[in-house]
Amino acid sequence: MLRQIEGSRAVAEAVALCRPEVIAAYPISPQTHIVEALSALVKDGTLAPCEYINVESEFSAMSVCIGASAAGARTYTATASQGLLFMVEAVYNASGLGLPIVMTVANRAIGSPINIWNDHSDAMSQRDSGWIQLYAESNQEALDLHLQAFRLAEEVSLPVMVCMDGFVLTHAVERVDVPSQDEVDGFLPAFAPRQVLDPDDPMTIGAMVGPEAFTEVRYLMHAKQMLALDAIPRIADAFAQAFGRDSGGLVRGYRLADADTVIVGLGSVLGTIEDVVDDLREQGHRAGALAVRCFRPWPLDEVRAALGTARRVVVVEKAFAVGAGGIVGQNVRLALDGVAAAPRVHDVIAGLGGRPITSASLHRIVADALEGRAGRTTFLDLDTGVVERELRRSREDPRPGPHAENILREAGIAGGGPR
Amino acid sequence: MAERRARPRIAGMLQIRIHGRGGQGVVTAAELLSVAAFREGRHAQAFPSFGSERTGAPVVAFCRIDDRPIRSHEPIATPDTLIVQDPTLFHQVDVFAGLRTRGTVLINTGRTIADLGLEDVAGRFRLVTVPATELAREHLGRPIPSGALLGAFAAAVPVIGLDAVAAAIRERFAGPVAEGNVAAAGAAYRLLHADVRERCHA
Repeated sequence: MLRQIEGSRAVAEAVALCRPEVIAAYPISPQTHIVEALSALVKDGTLAPCEYINVESEFSAMSVCIGASAAGARTYTATASQGLLFMVEAVYNASGLGLPIVMTVANRAIGSPINIWNDHSDAMSQRDSGWIQLYAESNQEALDLHLQAFRLAEEVSLPVMVCMDGFVLTHAVERVDVPSQDEVDGFLPAFAPRQVLDPDDPMTIGAMVGPEAFTEVRYLMHAKQMLALDAIPRIADAFAQAFGRDSGGLVRGYRLADADTVIVGLGSVLGTIEDVVDDLREQGHRAGALAVRCFRPWPLDEVRAALGTARRVVVVEKAFAVGAGGIVGQNVRLALDGVAAAPRVHDVIAGLGGRPITSASLHRIVADALEGRAGRTTFLDLDTGVVERELRRSREDPRPGPHAENILREAGIAGGGPR
Repeated sequence: MAERRARPRIAGMLQIRIHGRGGQGVVTAAELLSVAAFREGRHAQAFPSFGSERTGAPVVAFCRIDDRPIRSHEPIATPDTLIVQDPTLFHQVDVFAGLRTRGTVLINTGRTIADLGLEDVAGRFRLVTVPATELAREHLGRPIPSGALLGAFAAAVPVIGLDAVAAAIRERFAGPVAEGNVAAAGAAYRLLHADVRERCHA
């Protein structure tokens, strides 16, 4: 049924339609509305049978999820930002144990400086944790990805993160098509655990493994992620057949066929990117876009096929590897390794800590790329004056003080006057 | 359904920014506007400005309405229409920032444009006033102007009908709160319609 609802509400209803049996979560912005709605659905009996476990921290949330999933329950949680970091030890255990937990990450920046706004630093910090990572472009896709995520997780026996832009999507009220329970039941079979703790058939999960077998167990994690590269598009196809919508999969191209300039992005920024592509086309440029819908496993072949014939690629990413540069950009270069006349790849770090990524700014960076002015790494809309003043202060003042407070004071946002 | 057919198609996307203060229902107003547009068969997207909101502090929320699917999620920098829930904000924030020339500004006030000191912008923008807080006091019993302003919006910008506004209010609220807001919306709608007719006939 078509409805006009908040993204968080859409996700909560999608998760409820997947009939999770255990939900353990700790509230943190911007994910809070999702778990609040789910707790209400459990309390009023709409979502049953399901145990909603109020935990005292994200570390406990993921630990409870691990226990519940190992006991054979379909298990869900949601978090963001510092909350994701707080559960990291358990995040790695969940994937190492191959437990098909589904977790929404309502993407938000990581401090310090503390910041509640959207970027991808949280999810990107867990890109090597062994979880599958899917990124939603819209609230419809966020809803759809959750249905696919449970099926995928349980089929390949790996946990799945569904990443959706915090606030930008979670708090946006948009039109979404919410499927019926029958439709979801038809798409998502009951959970048949591949390994289960059963008192009637006792076994151990989580043994200590020494050098004699650690490499093999870890390799099998990698092998399963590689298998997921086949499962993800297959499940997206099955979803399209069942629901008549294109959602999920590995990558999605937009006006790519003859494109020589391609903008790559993840998540809700794709809407703006497609607007920019349309503008560029009208100006006579052969522009296109590539949405990376699955970042882990990395769809190397699909990215290579989509970008191999381009002349320049602009990768817009909402996180970066400090001291190295773009994260998605590095992966794109890996995909283009060995391609004859490979395109030049420009990493554009944008949208950090909630700074809007505007079509005007994207037009500027694409113009720079077209005219050969763009470098390997660009921080979009960086205020270089502010940065240079701080760098000078660091060089010249033996006690320059904290950058964040210095910059806020100069901008008149924090009081105290110049030092 | 007859009403839905009667709505004109929108020439391009309509972008609305709502200014108010924390506690006035700014975010809810944007959401209800999007629900009303959805009920008219249009595509709509509502979202708050994200930050630490405090009661009484300036708050903005946004709404896009279009006949085509809306794919952009960037903040609205150049709105076509403003709804100003509290006219004291004119002294505190740059309310008109980015507003397109001839854009509509719907202001909650019982005072005149001259009283508000807005004569200098009256030539550039279409300023429309409605005493929404007074109407809310009268019909709702509380000084929450959102419902009345949505009714006024339906009269001033013909992309949503009053029925859709009432349905959106009833979808979100129940009982006396819903009916009080629906009544305030209706009163504001009629007030503005009478106003517009008067000016047309003058």
